[in-house]
Amino acid sequence: MKEAVIKTERLTKKFGDFIAANELTFEVYTGEIFGFLGANGAGKTTAMRMLCGLSIPSSGKATVAGFDVYKQTEGIKKHIGYMSQKFSLYEDLTVAENIRFYAGIYGLTNKQIKEKSEELIEQLGLQQSAKKLVRELPLGWKQKLSFSVAIVHQPKIVFLDEPTSGVDPVTRRQFWDLIYAAVDKGVTVFVTTHYMDESEYCNRVSIMVDGVIKALDTPHNLKKQFSASSMDEVFYALAREAKRKGD
Amino acid sequence: MSSVTLTNLKKTYNKGEVLAVDNISFSVEKGELFGLIGPDGAGKTSIFRMLTTLLLPDGGSATVDGFDIVKDYKTIRGRVGYMPGRFSLYQDLTVEEDLNFFATVFDTSIEENYDLIKDIYVQIEPFKKRRAGKLSGGMKQKLALSCALIHKPSVLFLDEPTTGVDAVSRKEFWEMLKRLKQQGITILVSTPYMDEATMCDRIALILSGKILSIDTPGKIVQSYNGNLFAVKSESMYKLLNDLRGYENTESCFAFGEYHHISFREEKNYSDEVLNYLKEKGHKDVEIKSVTPTIEDCFIKLLKN
Amino acid sequence: MKQLFTFIKKEFYHVFRDRKTLLMLFGLPIAQIVLFGFALTNEIKNAKIVVVDYSKDVTTKQIIDKIEASRYFDIEKSLMSHNEIEDKFKEGKIKLALIFPENFNNDLLHLNKAQIQIIADASDINTANTLTNYISAIVTDYQRGMMKNMILPMSIVPEIRMLYNPELKGEHTFIPGIMAMIMLLVCVMMTSISIVKEKELGTMEILLVSPFKPIMVIFAKFIPYLLISFFNVTSILLLSVYALDLPIQGNIFLLYGESLLFIVTGLAIGLLISISAESQQTAMFGSLMATMLPTLLLSGFMFPIENMPMPLQIISNVVPSKWFFIIVKSIMIKGAGFATIWKETLILVGMTLFFLIISLKNFKTRLA
Repeated sequence: MKEAVIKTERLTKKFGDFIAANELTFEVYTGEIFGFLGANGAGKTTAMRMLCGLSIPSSGKATVAGFDVYKQTEGIKKHIGYMSQKFSLYEDLTVAENIRFYAGIYGLTNKQIKEKSEELIEQLGLQQSAKKLVRELPLGWKQKLSFSVAIVHQPKIVFLDEPTSGVDPVTRRQFWDLIYAAVDKGVTVFVTTHYMDESEYCNRVSIMVDGVIKALDTPHNLKKQFSASSMDEVFYALAREAKRKGD
Repeated sequence: MSSVTLTNLKKTYNKGEVLAVDNISFSVEKGELFGLIGPDGAGKTSIFRMLTTLLLPDGGSATVDGFDIVKDYKTIRGRVGYMPGRFSLYQDLTVEEDLNFFATVFDTSIEENYDLIKDIYVQIEPFKKRRAGKLSGGMKQKLALSCALIHKPSVLFLDEPTTGVDAVSRKEFWEMLKRLKQQGITILVSTPYMDEATMCDRIALILSGKILSIDTPGKIVQSYNGNLFAVKSESMYKLLNDLRGYENTESCFAFGEYHHISFREEKNYSDEVLNYLKEKGHKDVEIKSVTPTIEDCFIKLLKN
Repeated sequence: MKQLFTFIKKEFYHVFRDRKTLLMLFGLPIAQIVLFGFALTNEIKNAKIVVVDYSKDVTTKQIIDKIEASRYFDIEKSLMSHNEIEDKFKEGKIKLALIFPENFNNDLLHLNKAQIQIIADASDINTANTLTNYISAIVTDYQRGMMKNMILPMSIVPEIRMLYNPELKGEHTFIPGIMAMIMLLVCVMMTSISIVKEKELGTMEILLVSPFKPIMVIFAKFIPYLLISFFNVTSILLLSVYALDLPIQGNIFLLYGESLLFIVTGLAIGLLISISAESQQTAMFGSLMATMLPTLLLSGFMFPIENMPMPLQIISNVVPSKWFFIIVKSIMIKGAGFATIWKETLILVGMTLFFLIISLKNFKTRLA
């Protein structure tokens, strides 16, 4: 019996007359890599903010890691990790300082912080660079560090906001190795992206168009359903309709 | 005659500390759709900026339409079209005003070269009175392209034009480029998206200021030595580790739904590996031969 | 030519479509004039004072009447005792106390000498000094009136004439100062921000890779702010003539001509700042530092330069506002002609050329 880490029921967010997220209903299970796809402006960010406890929904229900998105947002924030594409690392602090800082924010004890720091640095192979400013690290290393820092407190679920744009293919895979390792340890991964090739790494994928979830299944099944050879084509088939109506 | 040639072009930053472009040479023929494919920091933008005369090289030389990028920069500036990385039009001018402005700056008018941008412009025409800042990402790209084309340049430089744009707009953008090619304009495009490489006539794979390979996409794929297989099972992470632990694996990478694996000495060990995996307890194992993608080639080149 | 015109048109679009900029450009000058002109004046009027008259005779009454008649003072209450005075001072209710001792008139007539005690609240030393001086002046004046018919051995009577500003209105100093400050601020800041914005947005890149000459970019950015500054000058002058009662004594065309020169100075400084500033914030901050601070402190507008230590006096010579301030004062208040201010004008021209040449030489036609 798979446990649902995220459970939403007709989750909606309105801004005046504009319905950014429209009656979203879905579940994400423990240990899954769940891809939350959609074009820019489709409503992904709005949905994610609600799930992270950053925005109160207009209607509908949702729980994340067992916490209610209306009343228990602080609980949610304590039990999730978050990594954004723009990175959450301080460029003018060293690698070690960043880890210490975030571990501290997530409430780890000093002993835990020390242990985790050493573990992380070794895992990422950053022994030589621990005292370097993050600014001096190559892009790929920053990403890996960012991810590790996002799960330093072993959250139940980690939200990744377009994590691997622009990196070279090998670094990207090293990043996904990290994600796989985390999933193996029981962390659920919720990835939002508009890069379709990233979706191929996911167990299941949902595609949002104009605020509504138009498809939710494994990449394999979706490709079969739309007779497509790639997720790009699946997305294209779905999004094309919406594009004709708006800008 | 080549439209663009680079000869040992070099660029450093931070007083020589950072080598962004490392002795790069290649040429682009007239009317070609040429792709510069590589991740962030590979040197694509630096190359483009030198070719459009916005930066001076620290070594080597280059010509655009036969003109030297250092000595004849004024001439080049009057002839090329340029679309820089970030969206760079005036956000508080309307679509119409932006287009008019750039047309006038280039001493021409919208009417004069309308047929060139017609295909693109009809898509944004309904919004011509809207402020450029209020357009969606895809629309902005189309407007930027129109502004870069309005003076009928002989060479068009597009620096990561599809970054941040949704998949549908990306596809449409490349289709527009293909149509433009037919008008005889040489187009140089840079992009980090490997899948866009197949849309180009020829591509240069670039990493850390160096060119890994230049050829048509087809030939690059053909030159991939050895067989490539795609494997999947019920537990992908375990699969990855097990495959890497297999004695005859040359390299194995995650590729989304499947892992891609190549074997030692370019032999085919697919049956053996199937047994190996079954012994390891994998369920629903599937293995098949696949044609390498540009990304596979990139990774292989990187390893060497 | 057509290109230049289109560019200028675009610049005007930018200005008028940005609410914040509009407010700054037009609202700021007017706000400053109103503020400085009406509200802030370092004149003292209706200061609350207290008079304690232990004598209550004819003379003291005449003196008190005279004081009451002047617009500078507001006599609080004639208190009876010293102790109550101290309380009133502490409460800040009075700024000065005037005390006539007993037998004031008698002493004056029979001893030919009488004393008056003036106690002032010197926690605000400027006010204290001014008030004490006023009172002394009134008393001296009364005394002179008394002595009109007497023949004294020797007396020197100073006759004072305040040229150009007989009513000693503060506005006369402020208006030229404000003009200098606002014009400089607007020109420098708006020009520098406008150019840096193009750099930040990336549109500068596209403009460079075009047949449009870089110098045209500069020119096209100057023109809108030039016109707007002219408009501001006009509104400031109108306000000062009609609302603040400060007529322009000199030639108005000369005034506009000098203003034009000063505007160009500002534009040149703005250009210089824009070359090294990488972000709009830096440009704004740099502009503020380069204009407001020197103008406020070193132009002679708020603090007299002659009172400053020598090094500062020398430094003040490189502040353009100082020269413009002198020029405007000369024209507006003294009614001077070009013959008087040609030296200052030349200095300003020299400064402007200097800034222009340096900026144009360093204007980057490449990205690095």
